[in-house]
Amino acid sequence: MSKLKLATVWLDGCSGCHMSFLDMDERLIELADIVDVVYSPIVDTKEFPDMVDIALVEGAVASVDDEKKIRKIRAHSKLLIAMGDCAVAGNVPSMRNPIGPQAILNRAYIENADVQPQIPCVVVPELLRIVRPIHEFVKVDVFLPGCPPSADTFHAALTALVTGEPLDIPALTRFGA
Amino acid sequence: MSEPVGVKTLQINGEEVSARSGQTILEVAREHDIDIPTLCHLEGLSDVGACRLCLVEIKGSNKLLPACVTTVFEGMEVSTHTERLQKHRHMILELLFAERNHVCSVCVANGHCELQSLAQDQGLTHISLPYRNPELTVDASLERFTVDHNRCILCTRCVRVCAEIEGAHVWDVMGRGINSTVITDLNDPWGSSSCTRCGKCVQVCPTGALFDKSKVGSDHPKYPDFLPYLNLMREAR
Repeated sequence: MSKLKLATVWLDGCSGCHMSFLDMDERLIELADIVDVVYSPIVDTKEFPDMVDIALVEGAVASVDDEKKIRKIRAHSKLLIAMGDCAVAGNVPSMRNPIGPQAILNRAYIENADVQPQIPCVVVPELLRIVRPIHEFVKVDVFLPGCPPSADTFHAALTALVTGEPLDIPALTRFGA
Repeated sequence: MSEPVGVKTLQINGEEVSARSGQTILEVAREHDIDIPTLCHLEGLSDVGACRLCLVEIKGSNKLLPACVTTVFEGMEVSTHTERLQKHRHMILELLFAERNHVCSVCVANGHCELQSLAQDQGLTHISLPYRNPELTVDASLERFTVDHNRCILCTRCVRVCAEIEGAHVWDVMGRGINSTVITDLNDPWGSSSCTRCGKCVQVCPTGALFDKSKVGSDHPKYPDFLPYLNLMREAR
């Protein structure tokens, strides 16, 4: 049996979900027997591959770049997993929604700047008016809430998905877990 | 002529159960270990049927009725977990999450929240409705407690415990529909209200809307079980 292709993606999140994924420790070695990590912040691939079997997406959609990425990932993934509360529910990045991006940018880059107060406008992508969970843009196949989901949750969920066994997510994790 | 107090026989999910007349469906169900989810109901307070999570089906009625305020009658046939009811419960929880800014991960009640654990019990893994992201206030003007309206689900437990148990009636609800909000006195800051600082509202609040300032992170278990005991002691007096 050829190995399954796994991608992990980091949108607007803190990378904590990736940390928790790595917390699977020695179980990652077992996982490496059945999957190849073909795209991830922790591997050196620049372009999202043509087709992956499983894509784990951390983070909410907060910028025009995030939106472009999530649409591309959906088009090139068989199974899309929303990994953690930011991808599932917006979570901490979405806390700016009631006041809007301009207020946040002003506070960070103008009011609190000691030298050269200016809002970045080149290279960095434009922020969307509101931060939203990924399922508001594309179809999501599996939701794994948690901040972050625990390593045990990742292990149980990935094992079930790879082997095709039933997966009871509410028994594993919840919002804010 | 009023009906004499007696035993009523009814069916819950096909199971024959007996009840005292005047009991609610919820009381009878819980006596028989039949789990009906609730949020606004709290043992020791009056019931208002606000959250609608305890809706049940009754044979012969095309209306769904809240189990917490519907009394039993002879021959009643109740269903508590039909597909239709589960669909409605899911929807109610999703509406509650979408209505205000419940960010579980950074809530003082994380891990001790009735809304959060109900979502898990009901198998909710995401909210399919768009979030409203309203701009809401936090009132920390009282020395010991804070009200964070972002977390409030308008269950009115605070209003009832303050009026019925503490006898102060500092809390109430202002506004209509989506603009409803709990207030202290006539929408005065909590700190300059006629609050007695008893803290009962904090203990009965099912979410992180009312919390003790001495609690940090997600370390805020609540202890609403004092209520039935308090009522028992008062009755015995």
